[in-house]
Parts: sequence; C-alpha cells; structure tokens
Amino acid sequence: MSAAASVSPWDARFVGRPARPAAKTERSWTKLLTKPALPMRGHRIERADAPIASGSEWTVPMLERFDVAIAAHASRRGLKTFPVQYEVITANQMIDLCSTVGMPMHYPHWSFGKQLVSQERTYRTGESGLAYEIVINTNPSLCYLMETNTLALQVLVMAHAGYGHNAFFRNNYLFQQFTQPDSILDYLKFARDTIVEYEQRHGWREVEKVLDCAHAIAHYGVDRYRKPGRLSARRERERQTERIKFAERHFNADYAYLYGTRKQDTTADEAPFEPQENLLYFLEKSAPKLAPWQRELVRIVRKVAQYFYPQRLTKVANEGAATFWHYTLLHDLYDAGQVDDGFMLEWLANHSDVVTQPGFDSKRYHGINPYALGFSIFRDIRRICEQPTDEDREWFPQLAGREWSSAVHFAMANFKDESLIEQYLSPKVMRDMRLFLLHDGEDDRAHYHVRVIHNEQGYIKLRQSLAAQYRPEAHTPAIVVARSSEDNDRALLLHHRVDHGRLLDTDAVDAVLRHVKELWTFDVVLEEVDGEGNRLKIHRT
Amino acid sequence: MRIVDRRADPAGRGAVNRERFVRRFKDDIKRAADEEFSKRSITDVGRGGRIAIPGRGLKEPFLHHDSKTGNRDFVLPGNRDYMPGDAIRRPPGGDGQGHGDGDEPGEGEGRDSFAFVLSRDEFLSLFFDDLELPNLERTRFGEVTMERTRRAGYSRDGVPGNLSAPMTVRMSIARRIALRGALADQLAELEEERTEAVEDRRSELDEEIERLARRRESLPFLEDVDRRYRARAPMPAPATRAVMLCLMDVSGSMDERKKDLAKRFFTLLYLFLERKYGKVDIVFVRHTEHAEEVDEHTFFHDPQSGGTLVLPALELAHQIIQARYAGPDWNIYIAQASDGDCGGDDGVKSAAFVSSHLLPAVRYYAYVDIPGSTGWFQRPSDLWQCYETIANPAFARRQVHGRNDIWPVFRELFARKEATV
Repeated sequence: MSAAASVSPWDARFVGRPARPAAKTERSWTKLLTKPALPMRGHRIERADAPIASGSEWTVPMLERFDVAIAAHASRRGLKTFPVQYEVITANQMIDLCSTVGMPMHYPHWSFGKQLVSQERTYRTGESGLAYEIVINTNPSLCYLMETNTLALQVLVMAHAGYGHNAFFRNNYLFQQFTQPDSILDYLKFARDTIVEYEQRHGWREVEKVLDCAHAIAHYGVDRYRKPGRLSARRERERQTERIKFAERHFNADYAYLYGTRKQDTTADEAPFEPQENLLYFLEKSAPKLAPWQRELVRIVRKVAQYFYPQRLTKVANEGAATFWHYTLLHDLYDAGQVDDGFMLEWLANHSDVVTQPGFDSKRYHGINPYALGFSIFRDIRRICEQPTDEDREWFPQLAGREWSSAVHFAMANFKDESLIEQYLSPKVMRDMRLFLLHDGEDDRAHYHVRVIHNEQGYIKLRQSLAAQYRPEAHTPAIVVARSSEDNDRALLLHHRVDHGRLLDTDAVDAVLRHVKELWTFDVVLEEVDGEGNRLKIHRT
Repeated sequence: MRIVDRRADPAGRGAVNRERFVRRFKDDIKRAADEEFSKRSITDVGRGGRIAIPGRGLKEPFLHHDSKTGNRDFVLPGNRDYMPGDAIRRPPGGDGQGHGDGDEPGEGEGRDSFAFVLSRDEFLSLFFDDLELPNLERTRFGEVTMERTRRAGYSRDGVPGNLSAPMTVRMSIARRIALRGALADQLAELEEERTEAVEDRRSELDEEIERLARRRESLPFLEDVDRRYRARAPMPAPATRAVMLCLMDVSGSMDERKKDLAKRFFTLLYLFLERKYGKVDIVFVRHTEHAEEVDEHTFFHDPQSGGTLVLPALELAHQIIQARYAGPDWNIYIAQASDGDCGGDDGVKSAAFVSSHLLPAVRYYAYVDIPGSTGWFQRPSDLWQCYETIANPAFARRQVHGRNDIWPVFRELFARKEATV
C-alpha cells in the first residue's frame, strides 16, 4: 500500500528523511500512576521538592503559581500563545456567558434569552451540567474559570483553554485569516451600542425582524476563498456617519420624485452574473429596498458570523489540540514533581470522561466525539514520531522518527478538521476507534450497507469518508446567489448545489426563504441543481 | 497572565436577553401562565414556576438536508463484527442519528414545547396583566395590637404551678449560707467572752453557745421566703395570625369568567396578606340559596345552580369566626365576590347583618361586584345598592369588569383605608 494518495505537496519535504529507530526505554515506575504511554525523551526536568499545592481547595495565588509552572512547560514545548487573562466566575455568570455563545459582550437578542432560560432550567433541575471552561479568541485571551471547580479541574482548564485553545487560536491559519482577536470585543461593543440605538430609533420589533432574518442565513456570511477585511469598530463607526452625511447631502425633497420614477438601467444585468456564496454580503449590498440602518444590521450579523466561522470548521482539530496539550502539560507538571498523585487521579478521571467515545450502538452515542477523535489523532502523531512501526513508516514517512513537538505544531497551524483527518488519521486510530463506513442509499432505504471497515482494504476509503463528513457542505448545504432581478419581477434566484442527491428539508427551506424574502422584498426562488445543471426541485416563496 | 475575580460582579447580565425573550413570546407565555394559574391553588400562585410554551414560534430556521433523500456515507465508531457488504436494518424511527445534520444546538429537549422557569415576579406581572406587583407599605394597615403575656423574671408570690424549683433552691442555699455565717460570728464572739468570763457567767454562756450551735445545725431546708415563682407580665404585641374568608356567590349566573375574576381578586388579597402576616388561613364559603364551607377546588370549579341568598353565607361566616377565629389575636379579612344578584329583602338584611355582626369583628371587609359582561347598560346590582347604606371605614366595595380592573380596584380598596386611618 502506498501512502502517496494522502500525502500533500507540503509534506513532500519530509518524505525520505531517514527514520530514527525508536528507543525502547523501559523504566520501572514505582509511583501509583503509570507513566504516559510515551515516555518523555530528550528533556531533563528538574524535580520540585514538593507539589505546588494539593487537595481540592484553591486560592488565587495558588492558581498564579500553577500558571507560572504551566507557562514554563508550555514555552519549553514551543507553544506560542496570546497572553492569557483568567476570570473567576460563578455558575450564574457561566450560564449568562453560555447563552451569548461565550462572548462577554454581545448584542441583545431574544435567541440568547432562549438559550439562557433553557440552560437555566436544565442546570437547576440537574438535567445538564455546565461547561467547565470557556475561552475566548481574543488578545489577551480570556479564559473563564468556574468557582465550583476543584483545584485539579482549574489547573486542567488553565492548561486546556489558557494554553491549548489559546495556542490553536493564535497559530491556526483559519483563525488568522478570519478572526481579529485584537478587535472583536471592541467590535461587539460597537454592535451592541448600534443595535440598542436602532431599537430606540426604529422600534425593537423592526430591529428584531431584520436580525431574525439575518440569523436564518448566518451560515452564509463568509467568502471562503477571500480574506475578509479587518474588523475595526472605529472604522465601522466612521462608515456609518459618512453614510448619514452622504444621505443628507443628497437629500432634496424637490427632486426626490425624479429618483423614484427613474427607469431601471437594464444594461447592468447583461453582464454575466457571477455566483456569490456570501448571501449576507449580497443582501447587504444589493437588496433593493433595505434602509441603510437595516443594511447595517445585516452587516453586523455577517461580521459576527464570520468571527465564528473558523470554530465551525475546527471542532476536532481545536479540541484535539487543546486536549493533547493539557494532557502533555499536566504530565509535565507531574514529571517535575509539581503535583501529587491525587491531583493526577482527579483530572485523569475527568479527562477520560471527556475523551470517551461511546460506540454507535450505545445509548450515549451522540455522534463522533470531537475530543476523542482529535485527541487520538494528535496523540498518534506523537506516537508515530517517537515510536513508529513499519506501518507508520509506510503511511507517514514524513512523521516517523521526527521531533514530535514540531510535527504537532505544524498539524495545529495548518489544518482544519477535514484536512487534518485526511492527512493524519492513522490506521492505528481507525483500529482503536473501530471505525466503519455505512452507506445509506436511495436504492435501499430499509437497510444501511457496510461499505468498509478498519482493515487494509478499508483504511484509505474510511479516512476519505470521515474527512468528507467534516466538510462544511456536509452540514451546511451549499447555497449560492445565482442571479438577481433578471426581469421585471426582480426575483432573487438561489441555487442549492446538490451533492449526492441530498435535497433540502422542505419545511426549513420555506421558513428560511420567508426570512430571505423579508430582506429582499421581492420573490425569492431556490432551485436545487445537480452537477449536470439539472433542476431537481424548485422552491418559491 | 492575570487572574481577575469576577464573582462579585453584578449578576444578571443575561437579564437583558431574558427580558427580550419574554417580551417576544409574551402572548404564548401569558397563555401558558394563565393555564398554569388555573391549575394552581391560591396559595401557590405567588411562587414562580416552570411553564412550557409551544415550540413552533421559537424555532430559528436554518437550511439543512432532508435525511430521506440522496445517498450518504457516514463513519461510525465501535464496530463489533460487521464486515464489508453487511446490510443493517434501519432502526425504526432513527435515521442513523448523530452524524451531525438536523440537530439544532440548544434545541435538545422539547421538540414541540419549550419549558423554562419563570421567576415569581415575572409570573405575577403576567398574572396581573403587566401591572406592578403590589408594593403596598406595611403601615397601610395600622398594626393591630393585642395583649400578650411575656416572661418577666421571678416574683415572691404566685400559683404553685409557676413555682420555679431551681430558683427556690438557689434562694434557700443563699439563705442558709447567710444565716450560718451570722451564727458562726456570734458563736465565735461568745467563745471569746467565755474564755475570759467568771464561773457562773461561763455556764450561762455555755447554754447560749449550745443553743446557737443547735440552731445552726437545724436551719430549715426551705422556708416560705425562699419560694420564687415565674412571673409573667402583660405586653402589647401585634397580632400575627390572619384569616381570610372568601365568600362567593356560585349560583348559575356566576359563570367561569366571573369566577376567574373573583379568583384573581382573592389571590391578590392572599398574596398581600401573606406578605404581611407570613401565614394566612383561608376559609371558603360559597352560597346559592344556602351556604356551605368548602375546599378550594370545590369553591372554584364545582358548578352549582339555583337562586341566590346572601344572608346565609354571612351568617355562616359569622359562625365560623365565632367558633374558630374568636379572640383578639386573629386579623380577620372578608372578601366577598358576587354578581350582585339577591332577591327580595335579602340584600337589606344582609347589609344590616354586615353592619351589626361582621364589621365589628373584622379588620376589613371588601366586596367585589362583578357585573355581567353583556348588557350595554350597567345598572348597579341589587346587592351593590343595598351595601351602599353601610358606612364604616372597614368596609369597601368596588366593581370589577375585567382583568385589568383587578389591580386598580385592589389598590383603591386598600388606599381608601389609608386615607381614613
């Protein structure tokens, strides 16, 4: 078997580098815990005389000492992070935060209130717990510690969020491209102030209507192949005032009727219309009847959606990296004698809960656990570097025997879920997770068919299929603006690019198109088109 | 690195979003709260609680695939013994859930209804149709004072039942110590005199010493002066118990709407009294031609038919007060709700009975007249007119036409009291 199919061009430089044989170092480990499967190599760690702290109670100075220790290990491991600011909060504050997608500031909207009341209820009745941690992609990175966590959990969160996620945010190309951690809080404050102001000026019903409509298509607010402009609250504010000034300059009641009755210039439509995937941008710029302030609202929703776009694409990679790093850093603490056995046992119990992957037939199965998959992949990268087998040398010649931390950093920086799996999912992980591929086809709806399983014949297909599962199109149907106002009815034409014959849910389409029409004012048509250009189904408002 | 302790920050940043949520779904929430209200007993209304509203309006739509179309491959973990080519029967209902589409985050439970907890204030504000929660001052009702005895130390006399054994013994010990000491001093004096005295004087002194020594040995264990009794002194104290008598006409003419209005009024009064007294007894008296005491559920939900006589209900209320709530430590409130029907001289007699028997016993008597909603001409009802003759600051009557009236009427009823106190 050749691994060529899965090696990308930028890995070519690693191909052919001689693989160092793995050093078999069997050391007796007298402590209660066994060493992690991979013994540390190449680092002499000075052992501390006594743990930094023990027990489950924590104090702020204690956490400060731990942060210094973690930071030392992280920099030794070459982790580049934003400076981090920890904020200790109560459970109620955590509920508040969770309701606004973790942002400490957000524009007000009823859907956040809905999140809040349902979370509050499930938390109070014990149906669900709360997130242990929230970390925000800002500079400095904001990391929330819940007061009810024990010491071990706090340190776990600090390593996981304050260093793992933080490093991912800082180094991953998608985050670098689509988010501006320096200015997001500033921008959200601008968004909140603007929306509150509009509510006062135009009434909350009107504002809410536009926001609801824009939220319905919030997933279509990104140009995937174009780097967005930088986010700046100041510039946005300037733009706003300029727009008002422009309107004032050009307002003349005597001539207003002339503009109102002017014939549509039809020549512009003759130029070929280029399909656009950024629906929100298109509506903001081209919706015929929106008032300037309504365009402004659409813009705000689009900008905020764009900030969250990388998070949707990097669930596995992000959580995997953060989990890998807290696992590594906390073991570093242990190796340096900075924490005791009880501490380790406590967070390990927690850690293993988080990375559990229930089987498909288990009652607890809710899809593939991104923590489990990501952690396995990153840990396997390290294993392959340190202890490659023959199989690994065949599959990952670029990794086998390489210094592991640089390989992990590379994987963190340059991949999203789809490509990370495509590149790094190893046969061993597939075997460990006992992955198999099911096919659900139109020809036989009564059965699922097992296509491949985790064996020699199946690895490549399995890996490609799993990667495809993380493509955004797998969850978010691909919609483009195909054409607008060709004739007098000024209809907006949207295309759904049908993939594998999967059509849209009719009820959802109806509801969403109603919202789009609210913004567009005129008719909206959505055609489902397959690869050959056949129209499979047409939805109209 | 910096650690900021945010725990002391003002809570409820989410309140603005919560308020927007309630505002948007106010109609649904109000309907659900109404339903919840009709299910609850009067004493429970004041608490907040879990309500569920229909989930359809709450959905935030987004485009997703129809899982019944097209071909789809998906990877699952945890294979046991499947081999390529195996066919697995599709589980009934499930469509291979968990591969990511169609699951709206946060929409976890409650596909068709959305449950959450309303706070007490939110609930009450919906309950009284957006009117403010009664924020009446406690002083509005002058504090009722009654005599109540309190412990007041010990006294030298009292009934045997109040004898305090520890105190009495303590007094006895003190008395004996004191007496013994005095006798000892005297003895010592005599002994000294004896050593210097002449013969016959000496025998006289011996006698005296012997007498004192005997007396010292035979000091009585208890004497009357030792006795101490627990003393009680009368102190003025506010009465802390309240009873609320709900009188309602349940004859055929009182339909569900009127009963609902009455219930709202009773509830408001209950909430108000509860805030003031902590614990309030409620007595339900319903009447048609005759009166009976019933439980809450029967009171509000059991339909009755027949004519209307008010007097029997008033008499029954009077009997109940005499039997169970007599005495100065009960604050008695009567709330009467009726559509004002009464026949013959019943109204006149009732008014007289209220003046002569009930008003002297109660703190406040509120009559709520709920006229029918149909007629365009609102003629004052018979009972309303009869009650017009009652002139007593403890009596008040008001008409209620709809839900919006409840709170203003309530406020008026009690505000009037303030003016006269």
